[in-house]
Amino acid sequence: MRFFFKTDYNQDINLFRDGVDRFWYGLLIAVLLVAPFLLEDFWLGEISYVFILAIVGIGLMILTGYTGQVSLGHAAFLGIGAYTHSVLLTMGVPFWISIPVATLLSAVIGALIGRPALKLTGVYLAIATLAFAFIIEQILIRWEHVTGGFKGFPVPRPEVLGVGLVDDVPFYYICFGALVLAVLAALNLLRSPTGRAFVAIRDSEIAAQSMGVNLAAYKTMAFSISAGFTGFGGTLFAHKIGYLAPDAFNILLSIQLLLMVVVGGLGSLHGAIYGAIFVGSLPQLIAILRDYLPESVARQPGLEPGIFGLILVFFILFEPLGIYGRWLKVKLYFSLFPLYKKATFKRQKTYTKSERNR
Amino acid sequence: MGGWTLSEIVQLLLNGLAAGCIYGLVALGFVLIYKATEMVNFAQGDLLMLGAFMAYALIEHYSMNYWAAFLGAVLFMAVFGYLLDTVILRQVIGQPQFAVVMLTIGLGFLFRSGASMIWGTETRAFATPFTDGVTRVGGFVIADVNLSIVIGTAILCGLLYAFFRFTRIGVAMQAASQNQLAAYYMGIPVKMIFSLVWAISAGVAAVAGILLAPVSLIDVTIGLIGLKAFAAAVLGGFGSIPGAVFGGLVIGVIEQFSGIYLPEGFKDVAAYIVILLVLFARPQGLFGNIGRKRV
Repeated sequence: MRFFFKTDYNQDINLFRDGVDRFWYGLLIAVLLVAPFLLEDFWLGEISYVFILAIVGIGLMILTGYTGQVSLGHAAFLGIGAYTHSVLLTMGVPFWISIPVATLLSAVIGALIGRPALKLTGVYLAIATLAFAFIIEQILIRWEHVTGGFKGFPVPRPEVLGVGLVDDVPFYYICFGALVLAVLAALNLLRSPTGRAFVAIRDSEIAAQSMGVNLAAYKTMAFSISAGFTGFGGTLFAHKIGYLAPDAFNILLSIQLLLMVVVGGLGSLHGAIYGAIFVGSLPQLIAILRDYLPESVARQPGLEPGIFGLILVFFILFEPLGIYGRWLKVKLYFSLFPLYKKATFKRQKTYTKSERNR
Repeated sequence: MGGWTLSEIVQLLLNGLAAGCIYGLVALGFVLIYKATEMVNFAQGDLLMLGAFMAYALIEHYSMNYWAAFLGAVLFMAVFGYLLDTVILRQVIGQPQFAVVMLTIGLGFLFRSGASMIWGTETRAFATPFTDGVTRVGGFVIADVNLSIVIGTAILCGLLYAFFRFTRIGVAMQAASQNQLAAYYMGIPVKMIFSLVWAISAGVAAVAGILLAPVSLIDVTIGLIGLKAFAAAVLGGFGSIPGAVFGGLVIGVIEQFSGIYLPEGFKDVAAYIVILLVLFARPQGLFGNIGRKRV
């Protein structure tokens, strides 16, 4: 078992805990950097998709995992990012302008929806964001001369010096770079006073308020930052799917995004990444699973959402801390080897906390 | 819009009220569960779907008569709701709201997938005594299916009112929803009461599903109506039973009229616009009240 003796306050906020961490993360980055030379294009595409999901997952994690606000409407922000970026590209705006513009627009709309949503907690917020997502989807359908309506439109493929940016290998590096940026931004945010305020709001609004956290300002900020990350992910998502149509950004996607943060583990950036890997590889896993199921079940169209539902139910019931929580448990088991106590992570008995009074 | 005659407007109003009754019934299910257990059941619409499919199965496969199938489906769903609470939802009591939201969403997906495996994804219909019939009242023609929805809702609301007001167990439910701990000390079996609330709520959803079936044929996605019913519950102020029904009626009527008087597309999102407006302007809804917490 390793012990960490803290000799400096900065150790609480260092990006890497020690040399061992630095080594492993460095190795991971090195492996991902050389991956395009070793893997086939198909796998690069899949990994890029996981990177994009992870960016969106980080956005949602900041809101749901760290600030404790549920959003059932994040597909809408993804859609806003994707559509703004693609429409601007179609109009001839260069991508290095359209990506920041799309990100900013998502963030602004996030602030606009987050500001009035402040008064809402728990379920009400979930319902409000759900309603918002439906309205955005309808706008994407009806605003035909911009969005192309139901039919949608193909996303332009920008080029620089004759290299198509959305060809497999360049796109892989772009997504990778974007993810690294997003992770660094999120890490820096979360170790700043702002991030600490988010966590305080999640744990107890009243306690946070009495410590001088301005609930209105910080919740709006959380919403806006989360929407910004999601919109940024959306710009890359647009290139990944190649053709935009409103039904790509429906309620199912919102729930898939939530599934990602829940399965990964709420309240940790690792969780967002694990969740992205899980959700990104789920279609492949289901395809493999189909081979082992009896013919009559395997060909059912309802199989995929059913498995989604099953996974969600199982994680909520049996592993509310998600994959990251499970990983922590396994790690603790080995570091304490003969002395691991089963009760360490036992759920405490809890009672319903009324939300009727607020 | 000057060309609209009185009878057309009345017709629209009636259609709206019939649709609104369904929203109201689904919202009633939300509110019953929310009042008792403070859980919000995102799978309520899928319970409605299961109820409608049960009735379909009983009528088409077991050739039961409509009324027997009606009763059978409602009873089946009530038992289903009871078991749902005892086996699954009781596990997450005391967990954050978020867990319940995700859990019921997951369950909703499971129900939908299960139904599509059993009954397929095609649209189904079954014959009812009301299909295609019309009733004439003073020059207005009313489709019997709409009439059956309105009357069925009224009867159900009356029954529920009497149940909560006059029966021992109904009063026990009120007590449990007001203060669980105090109710427990008074010897009320709170756990069983909660499961019974789930049973009633699932039964109400089944009634809504069966009444809705002749109007909008049943398929596995019919449960999405549950999301619009949120508008009804929110408008009524999540904790009020009469509010839920009233909210449902208002939403139903608004939806019908916005389909005619507003540009295309508004009909689909009218309910959601109402949700946002109500939540932003008056989060406690029309009938609700929110207490202040003492720290």
